[in-house]
Amino acid sequence: MNNVFVYCEVTEERLIADVSLELVSKGRKLADELGVKLEAIVCGDGIKDIEAILYPYGVDIINYAKDSRLFPYQTLPHFSIVTKLFQEKKPEIALFGATSVGRDLAPRIASYLRTGLTADCTTLEIGNHTENKTGKEYKNLLYQIRPAFGGNIIATIINPDCRPQMATVREGVMKKEILSGNHKGILNFLKVEDYTKNDDFCLKIIERHIEEQKINIKGAQIIVCGGYGMGSKENFKLVHELADVIQGEVGGTRAASDAGMTEHERQIGQTGVTVRPKLYIACGVSGAVQHRVGMQDSSKIISINTDPNAPINKIADYTIIGDVLEVLPKMIKYYKSNTK
Amino acid sequence: MSFKIIVLAKQVPDTRNIGKDAMKEDGTVNRAALPAIFNPEDLNALEMALHIKDNIKDATITIITMGPSRAAEIVRESMYRGADNGVVVSDRKVAGSDTLATSYTIAQAVKKLGKFDLVIAGRQAIDGDTAQVGPQTAEKLECPQITYAEEVVMVNENKIQIKRRLENGVEVVESKYPCLITVHGSAKECRSRNAKFLMKFKKAKSNSELQELGQDYSALWNEKPYLKIDEWSAADIMAEDSRLGLTGSPTKVKKIENVVLTQKESKVLTPKDEDINDLMKELISSHILG
Repeated sequence: MNNVFVYCEVTEERLIADVSLELVSKGRKLADELGVKLEAIVCGDGIKDIEAILYPYGVDIINYAKDSRLFPYQTLPHFSIVTKLFQEKKPEIALFGATSVGRDLAPRIASYLRTGLTADCTTLEIGNHTENKTGKEYKNLLYQIRPAFGGNIIATIINPDCRPQMATVREGVMKKEILSGNHKGILNFLKVEDYTKNDDFCLKIIERHIEEQKINIKGAQIIVCGGYGMGSKENFKLVHELADVIQGEVGGTRAASDAGMTEHERQIGQTGVTVRPKLYIACGVSGAVQHRVGMQDSSKIISINTDPNAPINKIADYTIIGDVLEVLPKMIKYYKSNTK
Repeated sequence: MSFKIIVLAKQVPDTRNIGKDAMKEDGTVNRAALPAIFNPEDLNALEMALHIKDNIKDATITIITMGPSRAAEIVRESMYRGADNGVVVSDRKVAGSDTLATSYTIAQAVKKLGKFDLVIAGRQAIDGDTAQVGPQTAEKLECPQITYAEEVVMVNENKIQIKRRLENGVEVVESKYPCLITVHGSAKECRSRNAKFLMKFKKAKSNSELQELGQDYSALWNEKPYLKIDEWSAADIMAEDSRLGLTGSPTKVKKIENVVLTQKESKVLTPKDEDINDLMKELISSHILG
């Protein structure tokens, strides 16, 4: 069986992006289960300590296309390099971050290689499969598991016949885990001229403004999350007020951000950010599965909801059955008058 | 030479109103059970196309939609807002397509339309949220792609500059034609229907729609050809059957599980002062807060 590959994104600071390190950690486990090697692909230039960063996560081979024209990211040159490498090495599995880069690149590669790609997976596992009609057996497939369309449904997607088995995963879904400080691999430089054509550089980047992430809910220890049940943008201010007072961050559900109550950057769930805070206060959040997969590992969950049957209540440690507009001010008031 | 813009639009089940029978046993979506709407980001794409049409003389907009015959509604709705014409790609063979098979079908339809300057689509559809069909279609058309477009910075007959919305910022890129653009929901909202176009295209229909209504349009179509919404089958777009629908889809749904939540040991509280105060007190004393 062939190797597991992870496409590693490069940040503005010329480091390997967190989402890629998370995927490399997951990729190591998948590779171990399959008894194969883990390879990383990096396209860029001036990346600091590339070996020192990647080897401890268990990377066996770094395929490094080093060229100043490869940063910032552009679709076509990265596409050409990765597809050519995949044609040579025929990976069993290829993982990409579900970011603006990964979601731009992976589909184009899957299309060229005529293979399957599953977006926004929340779990990746190795498993077997028997085809119902033919009785054909498949060993060690990648189960690409994601909440699917509609209510409380989790779908397991497989790609039995085409390779690589490709998937994208959002940042924060997998855990970053160092394998060993002593793990060593090899660095394989790719000759960029051999992997790209001149036409690949046809797009001109006129200007870029990339800012430090202003909203950082991923690392927050306390999160107050507002759902559609907050009712309005005006009411949503209460979520901010409580978060400010207890020094937490504000999160939102997809319904709340789609309704314009809060920024999309604050969205928690399958198509947003995955969080694991010490305390999660869900205000007017019903708790669809797409939301729960992004917060169910929080240490303590408090749900405030008028509906006693809201799904979120089932995973909450405390459920306050009541109106957020009544409860939140009381929490704010108590905290203000009982702490320094 | 006119400037040719193709807009890819999809009629989607309104995922905000999902019932219990939303999924079929084979794990695909039961579209019949759901209200159908114009995919929101495809409306942003249509607006971007209309904006470009406003700025380039002799530009035309053709809508391509894939789906059941009722998807002709999408073409008509686009015409009311300023699109020139449109086609519905409809065939039982395309049912159950994953994104790879979908992009193949759409690319075949685009190729049938001949030379184009721009293909513009919404970034993603709300029934799948994959954002894969745009880039996959671009690959099949062998043209550059600009994803996450938010605004047209500059456009003329030779090139276009697009502002892209990324996670932590923006980027302006320039491309020549042909090129495929996918449009982000933060782009300008689509203009509303125009009374003049509404009058002009009110009677636009596809063949299947006419059959259902028991009407014959042949005379009318002769006189006003713009009232015909074309319908193309897999054969019309020269598609290979092995690349369509479930057969042409490498990804398979292995299983669908309903998530059963096991009730945690949850304390149920009332909104009364005592309950809230006790809870806050406990959180503070256990150092979760403060």
